[in-house]
Amino acid sequence: MSLYYVQKLLYQLNRDPAVRKRFDADRTTLLGEYELSDEERSALLDGDVGLLYVMGVNGQILMHYAALLGQPWDVYINAMREGVRKHGPVRAGLYTMLKDRQS
Amino acid sequence: MSLVFAGVCSHAPGITGRAARADAKVRDAFYAKLDEFRQRLDAAKPDALIIVAAEHFANFFMNNMPAYCVGMADFYEGPIEDEQWLAIKRRRVPGNAELSRRLIKDVMNDIDVAYAEEWKFDHGIMVPLNFVTPRYDVPVIPVNVNCQGPPLTPLARAYEFGRVLRRACDAQPERLALIGTGGISHWPATPDSGVINEAWDRQFLERFLANRRAELISYTDEETLRDAGQGGFEIRTFLAVAGATEGATGELMFYAPIPIFAVGCTVATMTVR
Repeated sequence: MSLYYVQKLLYQLNRDPAVRKRFDADRTTLLGEYELSDEERSALLDGDVGLLYVMGVNGQILMHYAALLGQPWDVYINAMREGVRKHGPVRAGLYTMLKDRQS
Repeated sequence: MSLVFAGVCSHAPGITGRAARADAKVRDAFYAKLDEFRQRLDAAKPDALIIVAAEHFANFFMNNMPAYCVGMADFYEGPIEDEQWLAIKRRRVPGNAELSRRLIKDVMNDIDVAYAEEWKFDHGIMVPLNFVTPRYDVPVIPVNVNCQGPPLTPLARAYEFGRVLRRACDAQPERLALIGTGGISHWPATPDSGVINEAWDRQFLERFLANRRAELISYTDEETLRDAGQGGFEIRTFLAVAGATEGATGELMFYAPIPIFAVGCTVATMTVR
């Protein structure tokens, strides 16, 4: 797991139009500059919000990323629910401590 | 002059971005109170607005996360989010670097704040500004309290930060307004988005409005996470305002849970003495 670098990439992507341009033009090269596991790399390449949530990406970073991907609100919320259903509970980070409320 | 206005309001991105999906009656009542909040702010004739926010990884990251940071620029920009998603257009927002510098120097006598000469606002500041200074004609001084990436500053320190900020404000010739913006209980950006613990919120607000410091600083982060979600960590922004108005009480102008906004929507003012 290199959750820190997954989040760093998303943080930079969310706030910096130049990084966004590179992400759109050549995702693979951009991702090559970060310490990522294969699973993390493919989740990022696929824009798999559900898996990224389960990996422990901070929700605020992920919410801005989903907005950047153009995901409608319900699609984004459902992606996280589906991610937990498919991959199990959140694995790392702050959200491992949240108890399940309604999902 | 000194501090001339203090208050708190919610900042959730749904407030603007998902406006069409809310119960129109509650939403419009909330917007009306935000507008009354704006009028009260206007009436105080502030030369600058200090906004204590809990930003969401727009500027600060775990490579170098300040517990407290104050903006020190003549302009800022925002929102970083997709404009259509937030329903707020990207723009420049005026600042006042020279005033920031004076405030920071004073605060630094007691709290080791970081400063930033560049700052991109996210919904945490843009949503409040959208309602309280819709013409963006009041210079803004952004302040961030890290409420997202633990370890977080202790609540007693957040209150103390407010106290120190107040002293710094009172040492300036300008008329200064202070708005804190944060939670209260909410589980934003999780599958539980929309869950709101109204009873917890109302108890917290009662303590806040009465400015009972001992009770305000009594929450442990474990309790807050359990009862108010990770979004509840943002009470630090309220505590800063309570610290800045120590000895005074407040008035709740509006509180109602609006689930599609993912937060108990709140507007309150604190008396400035």
